[in-house]
Amino acid sequence: MSTRTEQDLSQLLRQFLLPATLVVVAGLLVVDLFRRLVTGAVGTATLATFLWDGVVFGMAIGLAGIGLAMTYSILKFANFAHGDYITFGAFAGWMVTFVVAGLGDFSLDLLVLVSGELSVADIGINVLATPLAIVLGLVVAAAATAALALVVDRIVFKPMRDADGISLLIASVGVALALRHVLLLVFQGSSRTLTTDVASVSVSVGDGAVAFGAHEVTLVVLAAVLMIGTHALLQYTKLGTAMRAMADNEDLARVTGIPTERVVRTAWLLGGALTGAAGFLIALESGTMNTSFGWELLLVIFSAVILGGIGSVYGAIAGGLIIGVASRLSLIWLPSELILAGAFGVMIVALLVKPQGLLGGVKTV
Amino acid sequence: MTAQQSRTADADSETDAILSVQDLRKSFGGITAVDGVSFEIEPGSITGLIGPNGAGKSTTFNLISGAYTPDSGTIVFDGTDITGYRPDRVATRGLVRSFQIARELPEMSVLENVMLAPQHQLGETLYRSVLPGFRSGVETQERELRERAWETLEFFEIDHLATENAGNLSGGQRKLLEMARVLMTDPEMILLDEPLAGVNPTLEQKLIERLHELKADGYTFLFVEHDMDIVMNNCDPIIVMHQGQKLAEGAPETIKEDDRVLEAYLGGEVEQ
Amino acid sequence: MSEPTETPATRLLAWLTDGDLRLLSVLTVSLFVLVWVLSFFSGIREPGRILSQIQGVAFIAVLYVMLALSLNLQWGYTGLLNLGVAGFMAIGVYTMALLSMPTSAAVPGLGLPLWIGIPGGVLVASLFGALVALPAIRLQADYLAIVTLAFSEIVRLVIRSQEAASFTIAGTRLGTGGTDSLALPTSPVKVLLYEDPSQPAAIAAASPTPLGDILFTAGEQIGASPAVMESLVYTVFLLVIAVAFFWLVSRIANSPFGRVLKAIREDELVASSLGKDTRLFKIKVFALGSGMMGLVSILWFLERGSVTPATFVPDLTFFVFVALILGGSGSNMGGVIGSLVFVVLLLESPRFIRRIIRESFDPPAPPETIFDALSGVDPLLGYFTSQESISALRFILLGIILVYLMQQRPDGLLGHRTEVASNVDLADRQQTEEES
Repeated sequence: MSTRTEQDLSQLLRQFLLPATLVVVAGLLVVDLFRRLVTGAVGTATLATFLWDGVVFGMAIGLAGIGLAMTYSILKFANFAHGDYITFGAFAGWMVTFVVAGLGDFSLDLLVLVSGELSVADIGINVLATPLAIVLGLVVAAAATAALALVVDRIVFKPMRDADGISLLIASVGVALALRHVLLLVFQGSSRTLTTDVASVSVSVGDGAVAFGAHEVTLVVLAAVLMIGTHALLQYTKLGTAMRAMADNEDLARVTGIPTERVVRTAWLLGGALTGAAGFLIALESGTMNTSFGWELLLVIFSAVILGGIGSVYGAIAGGLIIGVASRLSLIWLPSELILAGAFGVMIVALLVKPQGLLGGVKTV
Repeated sequence: MTAQQSRTADADSETDAILSVQDLRKSFGGITAVDGVSFEIEPGSITGLIGPNGAGKSTTFNLISGAYTPDSGTIVFDGTDITGYRPDRVATRGLVRSFQIARELPEMSVLENVMLAPQHQLGETLYRSVLPGFRSGVETQERELRERAWETLEFFEIDHLATENAGNLSGGQRKLLEMARVLMTDPEMILLDEPLAGVNPTLEQKLIERLHELKADGYTFLFVEHDMDIVMNNCDPIIVMHQGQKLAEGAPETIKEDDRVLEAYLGGEVEQ
Repeated sequence: MSEPTETPATRLLAWLTDGDLRLLSVLTVSLFVLVWVLSFFSGIREPGRILSQIQGVAFIAVLYVMLALSLNLQWGYTGLLNLGVAGFMAIGVYTMALLSMPTSAAVPGLGLPLWIGIPGGVLVASLFGALVALPAIRLQADYLAIVTLAFSEIVRLVIRSQEAASFTIAGTRLGTGGTDSLALPTSPVKVLLYEDPSQPAAIAAASPTPLGDILFTAGEQIGASPAVMESLVYTVFLLVIAVAFFWLVSRIANSPFGRVLKAIREDELVASSLGKDTRLFKIKVFALGSGMMGLVSILWFLERGSVTPATFVPDLTFFVFVALILGGSGSNMGGVIGSLVFVVLLLESPRFIRRIIRESFDPPAPPETIFDALSGVDPLLGYFTSQESISALRFILLGIILVYLMQQRPDGLLGHRTEVASNVDLADRQQTEEES
């Protein structure tokens, strides 16, 4: 009967011991956090700043994750080019922002290339000084990335609709490599500064203050608006219903063969637009970008999407917030270099404990 | 004597059953697919498991073969409680299944497909398959297996396809391959999930003949089938399932006369 | 082969006409002739320097052959999508460094001899392979891809962190050197050739071992420096190990063990329904393949003399995938041929082509922006032949090839290949009957 015991053991390990360990570890961390707060090792203002930064990062990751979750739920493959869609969106958008804000005063060539040669202080882009340029940039970022997603789908993925998820995944790695290096070839690799310093509102908390920067607030507000809009679109429009139906019923999709092209196109269109917008906003908030920042975010976004139950849009948002807040809070214990490693570790453990994701089972596109 | 007691008594008296399923239950997201099914299977029989679509046949089948874990109930095979065993453990115990839609390994040859099946192959241990000293033993066994594989393919009359990739076989040939593969595991009991679905009449006859030959050799079968006629003509006893529960059980003649069975089947047809 | 008239020549002929080997030898010769031609036209004409170029390309090619064979075990045969190749490689070489760097070095290790350090690195890489395979038991293939990629990034981020750069365990100071390049123990080939191998090459070459003396004198005849001869010996040594890899992986593939691996790739539920404990097979194959990757990386960087974490970015993993898929995953000969084609045509030839263009057209220095480049043919050439642009163009080409392969030739350039998973000839039944 050793087989039985072995199976019981692995079940016990998976369903009880591992989650229990996690709960204990989380509990210890909370206790330690309190100890640090009480002893003053960590100030309340520091904690509040970490939380706010976490929310900002989380909203960015959540927004960027929606497109990935959407295409995963409809096409059933993990799109490794998603990170480079983010970069593409950011460059397309910032190209427009730079041109609108700086036209006439600076060389068009340099503006179009969002060149690092330009003096940012002279152009003076920020959300308060040049709101129109920012809004136009955001719109173009969304539109251009949606177009890119459709074009790539037409050329790369559409001829492969019958292929398995792994072939699609590998093809998407090819897209990622090509796209990133096309951007590199055109825009060159240097990191560029995008915005000038912007006003922030300081709110005093306990022993200090938390600064809410205008760009951070812009990101959080716009991301929230886009998320709510996506929710409304999925819940209250016919197309949204079709998308959810298709994502919901994997078996039916398999039986009926291939999802209808229209729904696939909508998923790319919508997902691409949100991804481009996310790229633009992430660059706005951080104030810098280079041609590989999206690729570098890809695994964090995957972590968020997996944590939320891959293929679920709401899961992606929740996962983004969890990863965002957890990674910033972990600064209390971890050196900043290892935050990312920590986040990936959390994802791997989460997959071990709950392969369906934290919100797994709730399939809502 | 209550029904519960009588069943327990029956179970005690029939200790020679090779497979005993007790009060099996399984539900998926609120829908109960199998709702307290119990039955026993005699060694050397071809037991038919029939029922209209959605009766829970396939789920029962998957619970026995280990593809699903039951919510409750027990499955005892050959004196061992195998409830919740992984599929490979169930198979190594001698209870082997076939698939409703034949699942050949397309990129492997017919011979490779068949030679995969035997249990406890020496060469399945990594060091034995690599290290020179051990490999000779593996080769001897491989030659024996090769001979058995050819014989099995001859038995099912697909030996002319031996080196063909399994993916190139026709639907009927795949069914035969699937049977050959199951047989190569040297099972005590075979679970057949609609082995005749989509098979042409000639082949169907051939398969049924093989089945009876194997039965004569002492193999036990649980035969899940949709087609009433095939089951009535070839299985004894027959278990009828309906809406996740066992509706009737008995010899074909008894089942034929059973009003509930007719009703279940007619009701099913009308719905469709 | 019992012909009485057999001579070495007829034997060679028979060998060459044996399908796969002939293809391999003809291809290898043509590819290296191409390297020779490319070197020649990029202005490298002295025999010694050409030998150095060919040696350099061959070195990388043999490494990729070994990596592709290791990955073939996991991905080609078993269908396990391991995107963490770079991570296992990093673990191998850094573990070796921690074990075998002298205690007196700037970034010290435990000072154990290499015969402990190398197996140690391989073992630790395998152990991590087994550990990472645990989620693979239960996860879908795409989750596994993400988990392994994340794992490889964790490894890289940890190695390059300040915490790992230098740390103390039980009073012993150890370290990875952080983002800096980490010096590695003296390569065993140096020990073979130099009396004083730990000295810089120029000084060490002054006092060679008897074997070294013979080789260096031979090298002198064609104008090859001791350093080139040393690398050449190393490459030959690698080639021997690559043959061992091929032997190992082929032997696994042509066995009942390999049969189960193929069955897992084709349909895992079938394999387990036939009584195979697929979890164990997956763990074993992941551990073995990852250990092999660790070994390749140890051998690679021992020759280089140092290692940096920046090498182990995911791009390295993708390179190995392209190499394997190019020739056809699931086939060892495919993996070998794919790696040769990949390294010569895609990885190495761009730098020769760049040199040739620069030699023949003498384009101006790269213009600042792509718009300046578009002002004429010369500036355009200048822009696209900059080091950065050539590298970017190479990646773009790789991406396109990957997409093309997945769309049009999922079985690789050679098309579908079958290697029978048994260690006896399955079709050859006659033999059995004679024996019995």
